[in-house]
Amino acid sequence: MSWGADDLVVRYGKTVALDHVSVDAPAGEVTAVVGGDGAGKSTLLRCLAGAQAPATGTVRRPAKEAVGYLPSSTGVYPDLTVTENLDFRATGYRLARSAARERAAEYLEQAGLTEASDRLAGQLSGGMRCKLGVIAAMLPKPQLLVLDEPTTGVDPVSRSGLWWLIARAAAEGCAVVLATTYLDEAERCASVLVLDEGKVLATGTSDEIIAAMPGALLGSTARPDGPRAWRRGGQWRVWDPDATAGDFQPDLTDAVTVAAIAKEVRS
Amino acid sequence: MSPLARLTGVTKKFGEFTAVKDVDLNVEPGEIVGLLGANGAGKTTVIKMLLGLIGTTAGTVELFGQPPSRQTRRRLGYVPQSLGLYDDLTTMENLEFSAAAFGGKPGVKDTAIPDAIKQYGKDLIGALPLGVQRRVAFAQALEHEPDLLILDEPTSGVDPLGRARLWETIAGAAQAGAGVLVTTHYMEEASECSRLVIMAGGAVVAAGTAQEIIGTSQAVVVLAQSWADAFGRLEDAGLPVSLAGRGVRVPGARSEDVQRALGDLPAVVQDVPATLEERFFELVQGS
Repeated sequence: MSWGADDLVVRYGKTVALDHVSVDAPAGEVTAVVGGDGAGKSTLLRCLAGAQAPATGTVRRPAKEAVGYLPSSTGVYPDLTVTENLDFRATGYRLARSAARERAAEYLEQAGLTEASDRLAGQLSGGMRCKLGVIAAMLPKPQLLVLDEPTTGVDPVSRSGLWWLIARAAAEGCAVVLATTYLDEAERCASVLVLDEGKVLATGTSDEIIAAMPGALLGSTARPDGPRAWRRGGQWRVWDPDATAGDFQPDLTDAVTVAAIAKEVRS
Repeated sequence: MSPLARLTGVTKKFGEFTAVKDVDLNVEPGEIVGLLGANGAGKTTVIKMLLGLIGTTAGTVELFGQPPSRQTRRRLGYVPQSLGLYDDLTTMENLEFSAAAFGGKPGVKDTAIPDAIKQYGKDLIGALPLGVQRRVAFAQALEHEPDLLILDEPTSGVDPLGRARLWETIAGAAQAGAGVLVTTHYMEEASECSRLVIMAGGAVVAAGTAQEIIGTSQAVVVLAQSWADAFGRLEDAGLPVSLAGRGVRVPGARSEDVQRALGDLPAVVQDVPATLEERFFELVQGS
């Protein structure tokens, strides 16, 4: 049985935050939810974590003690130390303190937080706080781990520590769903769901999304006219929806950009 | 022609702490220089010295051939990470305020207002989506046609198409002759820059194009039936393993060592060139 959600609709007043969105979160895999500000990522993750009820649609999730959730607000208590945050979390999940501490110690070590154990969470750097949030969410060995933009604005060194934690959770058999604005991160994930204004823009493995891109990509050194051109790698790329062969082999960033342009052109 | 910005042997200490150590950095007209580094690497301190907000402990900072001052600030456009807009003013009021502060003619040049933000002219900034706010911040920084543009994490939290559009604006300014200094955490964006400068621990640890910086650095890609098993074995062997789709990558390792760590686990092991991000870690850890 795979965790996930089917055909979710969520409305905030007249705004449709999620418009018939489905996602699968298989055990032992990392699933990425990608999109910009306002795409619906957080709403979908809140539904998966059980923090919000959809208007229609179903969520498949384990019992709530088997769900780890890191909200985008980092999910740690700024007035508690690193150790106190983790102890508090362990108590909330009714874990034995010594066993939880032992489990946390390895994560803290790998994430480079051991030295910071006695510091207040509010005094940690943004990246350290995010790592603490992920460790806290992983502590009860959840079957489903839901992480809302754990790496946004985090520097590359902390990002690498975070990705170690994420990979470790998946290697332990957990189903991980994470929201990100970075497509190079999405490319590391087993499957990807791209959201735009509450709708699914693309979904599948990275390779499937690339293969599903209609047309082909042409290159140009000068800005071509029209909405189908964008800047990438110091040059221009142009999407020709009818071409069969192009100058570039598209990657995930290209495929997602094309999907966004196709939507823009249609509307 | 002299560079727009020149740091020569710049050191900055805060008490006992050395935030910036003997840094040389130039920005020439028409080029986009990417300043990369982890938190605490010294990027923000470098920007503050360029803006003239703080002085140096040693070395010299020159903007347009002179020390930073209010006069040099006039020729400079700056987009801070926090965007630097007033939430309680409308889009137009923000633009007018900034134009007035830069001492231009009254009002905002119509050509300085991109079509994408025109419809939001009378809306309060605080009520607009972050993507629109970001475009306003760019318009504000570009209105007085600066010779040097300084951007601190300009695309954090932006979707890929939005990011491409922002880079179009940045490249447009460079093409018109402005120099650009941009910090980013996002290595993918390094390819938009003419040149990169990587800082770690306050010092410059590498400079050049992405290709020059990566050089001959390599990584090993492992594709196994179960990536989790491969991950576990490589990790037990103390190798710096990371997730990559349905496989794993081991930056900076030799394929023999990876093969040995995998033991009898069936897997395809392949040497590939390192990514800029992987090379970045080598540099940062080596410093």
